[in-house]
Amino acid sequence: MTVIGETTAAVSSTGPEHVAATQLRRRNAWRAYEIVLWLVAIALIFMLPSKALLLTEIAILALFAVSLDLVLGYAGIVSLGHGAFFGLGAYVAGLFAMHFFPEPVTGLLVAGLVSGLLGFVTSFLVLRGSDLTRLMTTLGIALMLAELANQMAWLTGGADGLSGFTVGPILGLFEFDLWGRTGYIYSLVVLFLATWAARRIVNSPFGLSLKAVQGNRVRAAMVGVPAKSRIVVIYTIAAVYAGFAGALLTQTTSFVSPDVLAFHRSADVLLVLVLGGVGYLYGGIIGAIIFTLLRDWFSVITPQYWMFWIGLVLVIIVMVGRENITRWHTFLPAPIQRALARAANWRPGPKIGGGQ
Amino acid sequence: MITRRMLIAAAGLAASALAGAPTFAQETVKVGLIVPMTGPFASTGRQVEAGARTYMAMHGDTVAGKKIELILRDDAGTADQTRRIAQELVVNDGVSVLAGFGLTPLALAVAPVIGQAKIPAIITSAATSSITEQSDYYVRSSFTLPQAAVPVATWATENDIKRVVTLVSDYGPGIDAETWFTKEFTAKGGEIVEAVRVPLQNPDFAPYLQRVRDADPDAIFVFLPSGVGSLFMKQFADRGLADAGIKLIATGDVTDDDILNDMGKPALGAITGQHYSTAHDSPENKAYVEAYKAAYPDMRPNFMSVGGYDAMHLVYAALEKTGGDATGDALIEAMKGLSWTSPRGPVSIDPETREIIQNIYMREVKEVDGELYNVEFATYEAVKDPAKTSDQ
Repeated sequence: MTVIGETTAAVSSTGPEHVAATQLRRRNAWRAYEIVLWLVAIALIFMLPSKALLLTEIAILALFAVSLDLVLGYAGIVSLGHGAFFGLGAYVAGLFAMHFFPEPVTGLLVAGLVSGLLGFVTSFLVLRGSDLTRLMTTLGIALMLAELANQMAWLTGGADGLSGFTVGPILGLFEFDLWGRTGYIYSLVVLFLATWAARRIVNSPFGLSLKAVQGNRVRAAMVGVPAKSRIVVIYTIAAVYAGFAGALLTQTTSFVSPDVLAFHRSADVLLVLVLGGVGYLYGGIIGAIIFTLLRDWFSVITPQYWMFWIGLVLVIIVMVGRENITRWHTFLPAPIQRALARAANWRPGPKIGGGQ
Repeated sequence: MITRRMLIAAAGLAASALAGAPTFAQETVKVGLIVPMTGPFASTGRQVEAGARTYMAMHGDTVAGKKIELILRDDAGTADQTRRIAQELVVNDGVSVLAGFGLTPLALAVAPVIGQAKIPAIITSAATSSITEQSDYYVRSSFTLPQAAVPVATWATENDIKRVVTLVSDYGPGIDAETWFTKEFTAKGGEIVEAVRVPLQNPDFAPYLQRVRDADPDAIFVFLPSGVGSLFMKQFADRGLADAGIKLIATGDVTDDDILNDMGKPALGAITGQHYSTAHDSPENKAYVEAYKAAYPDMRPNFMSVGGYDAMHLVYAALEKTGGDATGDALIEAMKGLSWTSPRGPVSIDPETREIIQNIYMREVKEVDGELYNVEFATYEAVKDPAKTSDQ
């Protein structure tokens, strides 16, 4: 993929290569809404110190959703078992801290690596069959892992969960505090780096070819895009991301329960992604914010019946919001819509002609 | 630029210190109750809450000059939620005591929080023996499974039961129950014919019960988490095990008072051992059941509710002992060695293990005034958690 990028960059002035390179560069430019989002996330460290734990949870769920967006939004693979990678990452991080080395960044990388390995191996299973088969395959893998974690009590602690390990200071410098501030900053940094890398990936020629695969695999193959290897690569990357998210959960809570592999994790993250919108990375982040805040808010107001209210609100959002929440602006008068779009998509640098 | 950033950071830190530091010298003592109010274990949460609120209704909300405030939060039975809520209650709400925890992993998840914050956590439900060893700030107001299983085994050997099949749910407490029943039963000369473990989720007992019937034991010893008991009872009757002369002995979870009445005829005659029955005959229990029914007419107090009730008693009695000092270390010290008469009978807190010491009653399901009750007929007095006493 890099080879293509370099050659197009080397060809100067006009020609289709030049147009393609410019378009990719345009797509890769940071939008105003992205910058605002990250600035707000940073500001919240100071503005809402008492909500650091909730913010951490949002950041972790967001990373998990970004991971799912990579396979669902860019490769078109519907998965009901994405929690497998999340849970594996969580367990690996816990076991690594317990038996080898308590430093979290190392644990995070190891967890991502192991999850990625599982992703690579299982990606050959999702290559086969249609959407329905994939749903069942991914679900099956997740259920198998969950049962393994439950049965291998000597390793995982079984149904009681894995406890009794301590997570050391990050890089040996920053201790996790009771207020959850370190945990939030740590999760936020990981989320930012991961999202930044994901932007680079999806806005590269590789990312474009993924979109082609998603559109029509056979046609993509006919124009020379090796669909299978593309899916293997993106599925593996997504698994690494999910492993990161799981590891973050373990490290910020210093506890792993078999619940990390439960079906509801996979279902929740799919819901989050549908809520925020599929196929532009930020859908997962926005969905995670809305979902977690709603859940927290309702469960404090009405501990018994919050599930009913959250269900109702989710149905309304999806119905009224025409599939996803990010299209709320379609209800505004046309001039305001245009102004908003200009503001949100504003980016530094010279104006270049050509449609998006 | 750097200085401004540092200023903001400093301001943020100061703000967090102000907002976050739990203020112990307050006039209100807050108790954070974290239980599953939704999901498959919701009945546990509702019972614990009802028990705790009944205690407050009966004893007022002021003790040693402090007002007691109960903050209820739902963790839906998910461990990382329990942990986050616990941390928030400590940091944001400044609770002095945490209570609740429906399942073992949920209780274990808060160990780092209570260790760091140095506040007591009262376990009102989770029943795996090892929890209290994970932190010095755990106190248990419920029971441990070995505590209930061992007396059942003793009773069985004393009552001419020689060959037993055990059937337990395949998770921590189930394995605890199986281990300790087997240990006591074989030590007293009994024989375990077969040990069956059934999956925790969506169990279908039919094939297992067939195996039990083929083994033809004197009795079947059962542990199941409360809730699936009614399904078990139905299948036990359907398979004709009772007609084949196989006795049913169990820990009290199987004939949970909350759902016992709906089990109907199949439950009659089941022998169980546990620390609390709604039908327990004492003035304390009479007053408790009355107050409970007045507030919650649709529910019947079960062993979970009495865990919540006694958790509140622990808080009240400890505060009285410290003269209103609600710092964590003072409270946990005060709780050690407390003894009182609970609706379940005389109880005390073991100062060494922070486990509850209580009577275990043998009960039989009988019909009283048209309703099914666990009627007590024998008592094993002041039972300690055997998992801890024998190891030492």
